[in-house]
Amino acid sequence: MLKDITIGQYIARDSIIHALDARIKIMITTILIIALFTIDTFTGFGFFAAFVLVVVLLSKISVKKVLKGLKPILILVLFTLFIHIFLTKGGEVLWSWRFISIESEGVYTGFFMVSRIFILILFTSLLTLTTSPLQLTDGIEYILSPLKRFGVPASELSMMMTIALRFIPTLLEEADKIMKAQQARGADFESGNLIQRAKSLIPLLVPLFISAFRRADDLALAMESRCYRGGEGRTRLHELEFRYYDFIALIIIIILAVAVSFY
Amino acid sequence: MLIELNEVSHVYQDENNVKALKNINLEISRGEFIGIVGHTGSGKSTLVQLFNGLIIPSSGTVKVNGKNITNEKSNLKETRRHVGLVFQYPEHQLFEETVYQDIAFGPKNLGLKKDEIRERVEEVMGLVGLDYEEFKDRSPFNLSGGQQRKVAIAGVLALKPEVLVLDEPSAGLDPQGRKQLAELLKYLYQELNITVILISHRMEEIAELASRVIVMHQGEIVIDDNPIEVFSREQKLHKLSLDLPQITEILHRLEERGLKVNTNLFSISEASAEIIKALRSH
Repeated sequence: MLKDITIGQYIARDSIIHALDARIKIMITTILIIALFTIDTFTGFGFFAAFVLVVVLLSKISVKKVLKGLKPILILVLFTLFIHIFLTKGGEVLWSWRFISIESEGVYTGFFMVSRIFILILFTSLLTLTTSPLQLTDGIEYILSPLKRFGVPASELSMMMTIALRFIPTLLEEADKIMKAQQARGADFESGNLIQRAKSLIPLLVPLFISAFRRADDLALAMESRCYRGGEGRTRLHELEFRYYDFIALIIIIILAVAVSFY
Repeated sequence: MLIELNEVSHVYQDENNVKALKNINLEISRGEFIGIVGHTGSGKSTLVQLFNGLIIPSSGTVKVNGKNITNEKSNLKETRRHVGLVFQYPEHQLFEETVYQDIAFGPKNLGLKKDEIRERVEEVMGLVGLDYEEFKDRSPFNLSGGQQRKVAIAGVLALKPEVLVLDEPSAGLDPQGRKQLAELLKYLYQELNITVILISHRMEEIAELASRVIVMHQGEIVIDDNPIEVFSREQKLHKLSLDLPQITEILHRLEERGLKVNTNLFSISEASAEIIKALRSH
């Protein structure tokens, strides 16, 4: 059950998309998100979706795996769709019953929004799927580094992100174990009304928090005993490096984004 | 038959699809003390989680007290009452404010009455060697590691299981803690007639306590016999990267060097008497 959560999951493959520099990938994603919001036709979305598909194929990650990432947001998407279908008015009246009516404008906007969310999530999940957490945080640190001047602790922030991402699977595993242990003592996580269910989570959450704090403590000690002293002046084992294809990718994306926006 | 496994296989459903168990057939009867040994990743922990339905096998059937627990989901709670499972590092599951409440969690889930719960908590705290009056109102988080482990084991014992399964219960305990634990298990087995299933890396523990030893390797049961037979197969165990109990290892080495000793002994006193006897007659 808990194993379905794939936030921040990285799948290692030997592909051109994986090889791109993390900073370039973050920039590309940002540019495309902006471009996505300037699109106002379904043809534009079709074009964009085709592009995402090409990137997925190039990344050598199975399409199924990428689509699976959409599962957690399905409720949000359906909610958006229904809100628009029932509440956005205008155009022809397609169906009505007492005070409820569905109008063509609502259906159109509903599907429009849904396509936008789907493409947005698909594309951003590709970023984490193809970039290792370490590279990703290095990239973010690099992009944030101009803000250091204004007192933004860029390297500390990126270290925190690295650690948080690193411990998601560990904590999930731990949660699974604690859940089983409490079930062995007769705990029931699956039945009862909402309040009973919320209450039944206490035997899971308390040990989980305690273990997270214990791990944090251990990690802090381990870092300190290896002389970690914050980001300033730290060098890296793997430096990020721009290569020619990074720039080619960036240029292609900018051309595409401009073309799509003015289409 | 208390626990019966028939052609059980299990594959973990994740990206690695590890085949954790392969065609296991196993029968455990009432009144046995079973030691399970095996290298890390040999499937021991998966195996014992089948006994109370925490893991439903990919194929095959598991019967507890004659009831098939592999398909009917509703009765698992009942099964878990009969088969108590103490996980590795059980003190990591403590969550209540007081020792009393934490131990009472299991009985409360069974729907017992207040005085019955109190009675049970007092009884199991006595069993594991925690003074009721002294400890009942203390926070479990302020206890030492060894005491926390006792509270956690008491929490499972409070379910009054017929079968007690323990996964590496002595890991990380000091010698005294290990000794107390061994004594507790002996008492549960001999005096209270609880069937005990013990997973351990410490062969000394297994040799001293178990009446039957199961050796696992890569998801299969490779040896299932009494301790004397199992630990006489030195070569086979070494091949599975398992050790003999230290005492037995010494006796085997002495025999190799030409001293005529009985190698099927597991306790220090027996072994030293045997060595002295052998040296005298030498």
